[in-house]
Amino acid sequence: MPFYVSPEQVMKDKADYARKVLTRIRSGVVITCDAGILFVAPNPSRALRKFSELYDRIAFAAVGRYNEFETLRKAGVRYADMTGFQYDRRDVTSRGLADWYAQLLGQLFTDSSKPYEVEIVVAEVGSSPDTDQIYRIIFDGSVAEEHGFVVMGGQADRVAEVLKERYQPHLSLQEAMGLAMAALAVQNEGAGSDAVTGDQLEVALLDRSRTHRAFRTVAGPRLDALLGEAKSPAPLAASADASLPAGAEGDSQPPSDEAGEAPSST
Amino acid sequence: MTAPELLPGRNGTSVAVDGAPGDIPHGTTIVAAVTADGVVMAGDRRATAGNMIAQRDVEKVFRSDEYTCIGYSGVAGIGAELVKLFQVELEHYEKLEGRSLSLEGKANRLGGLVRSNLGGAMQGLAVVPLLAGYDEETGRGRIFNYDVVGGRYEEQRFTGVGSGSLFARGALKKLYHDGMSTNDAVLACMQALYDAADDDSATGGPDVSRRIFPMIAAVTADGFQRYSEDEAARYALAVVNERMQRPDGPAAEMQQITS
Repeated sequence: MPFYVSPEQVMKDKADYARKVLTRIRSGVVITCDAGILFVAPNPSRALRKFSELYDRIAFAAVGRYNEFETLRKAGVRYADMTGFQYDRRDVTSRGLADWYAQLLGQLFTDSSKPYEVEIVVAEVGSSPDTDQIYRIIFDGSVAEEHGFVVMGGQADRVAEVLKERYQPHLSLQEAMGLAMAALAVQNEGAGSDAVTGDQLEVALLDRSRTHRAFRTVAGPRLDALLGEAKSPAPLAASADASLPAGAEGDSQPPSDEAGEAPSST
Repeated sequence: MTAPELLPGRNGTSVAVDGAPGDIPHGTTIVAAVTADGVVMAGDRRATAGNMIAQRDVEKVFRSDEYTCIGYSGVAGIGAELVKLFQVELEHYEKLEGRSLSLEGKANRLGGLVRSNLGGAMQGLAVVPLLAGYDEETGRGRIFNYDVVGGRYEEQRFTGVGSGSLFARGALKKLYHDGMSTNDAVLACMQALYDAADDDSATGGPDVSRRIFPMIAAVTADGFQRYSEDEAARYALAVVNERMQRPDGPAAEMQQITS
C-alpha cells in the first residue's frame, strides 16, 4: 500500500469508478415538450422511484445507486421546503437547487474515499418550453445546463443519437413519449422484441398547465393510454451536427433544420 | 411615557384577531360540521384590536392540503404562521415519503404545533386551531377541536372555535342533523355565524354593502374546495333575507305536550 498517491491519480480513480458503474446501468431520458417536461426510464420496481417532486414546478431525476440518490433527494426536499418557508415559495429555484447539489456532490467527491455513484437532473418547468430549465449534475459536482433533452446514465451516446435525430421543439406529449421509447429501445436489443409495458417503466411529467404542484407520476391506466397513443416523430432530414449555440432552441423550425443540443457526454 | 399595561398579556389584551380583554381570550368564530360527503368549515372575516375593528376581510379558513382545511382563532400573526408551517409540514412529509400523512397523523402534528406555542400562549399570545378533513381510509369527514396546550378533541357532528363559538354552537345544535348534505351544512354554518356575529362583537356578520362574506370551504372525496365570493354571497344573502322576516333565525320545531 503506497504512502503517497498523487491527487490526479486519486481523482482519476474515483471518476473512473463512478463512470464505470454508471455506464452499466440502463439509461433514462428527460424530454421537453409542449405539455411540460417528460421523464421516462426503465424501472420494474413500483416502490423505488427515480423521478420525484422537489418543489412546485421542480423535479428531481436520478440514476445510479439507489440509497445514495435517495439521500440526495431527501436532502433536496428538506432544503427546498425550508427555503420556501423561510422566504417565499417563489424563492425556490431549480438553479439554486442545482448549485446546492453541485456543492454537495463536489464536496463528497473530494472528501469521501468512494464517490457517490449517481447522476442527477434538476428540472423546472416554465410557462413555455423556452423558459424550461434542466440541469445535469454528475458525481463529481459538475453542472451542465441542458436544453431539449437529457440522457442519464447508461449507454448515453447511443440513446442520445436517436434523440438528436428526431427531437424537435414543441413536440406533443404523445410524440415525446414515442421518442423516449424509441431512444430507450436501443439499449434493449437482444432482450427480445416484446413491446415494453407500463409496469416495466417509470414515467413522470412536470405538467406545464398545472397551477400549484406540477409534478405528476404517470402510471397505471394513464400510462397504458399514453403508451398506446405514443408516436415517435420522424427523423429529421439533415444529419445532426455535434452541437448548437443555445440560442437556436425554442423557435419552431421546419423538420429539415437542426434541433436539440447534445448533452455533454460523461 | 411608558405604558407596560398596554403590552399583550398584561391584562389579557392581544393584538388583532383576539377578542375583548380579560375573560374572553379569542376573537373570531369558526365553525365546522361533518356532512354526508365530508366536512364543511366556515369562518367570519373580522379582526379586532380591543374595541377597534382592525381588518374587515381577514381570511381565517385555509387549505392545509388536498383533503384538509384549517381555521384558527387567536393572535393573527402567530395563527398565520402556524397555518403556514402546518401546510409546509404536510407537503414536506408527502414529498419525503411519497404518500400523504393519515388524517390522524395530521391532527396529531397540529396538536404538537399548538403545544410548541405554549410559552407564548401563557403570555397571552394564544392560538387555537380547528381542523376538518376527509379521511380517505374511512371515507368520511372528521373534525378536530384543540385547546391552547395542544390537546386534540375529535367532534362527531359539529363544533366551533373562537369568542363567538358558544353562540354558533348553540345555533348549530338546533339546525344540524346527521347526514346533512354539503349544501344544507353550508347554510346551517352561515346561520350559525350570523348568530355568532349577532351576539359577539368580535365576530363579523355579512357585510352586504362591501360584499364581504364569511369564508366557506368544503372537503370531500373530490378534495378541497373554497367557495367563491359569489357562491358565499348566495348563502349569506339567503340568510340575511330570511332574517328580515324573523330576525332570530329559523325556529326549531318543538314537540308539543297536550295538557
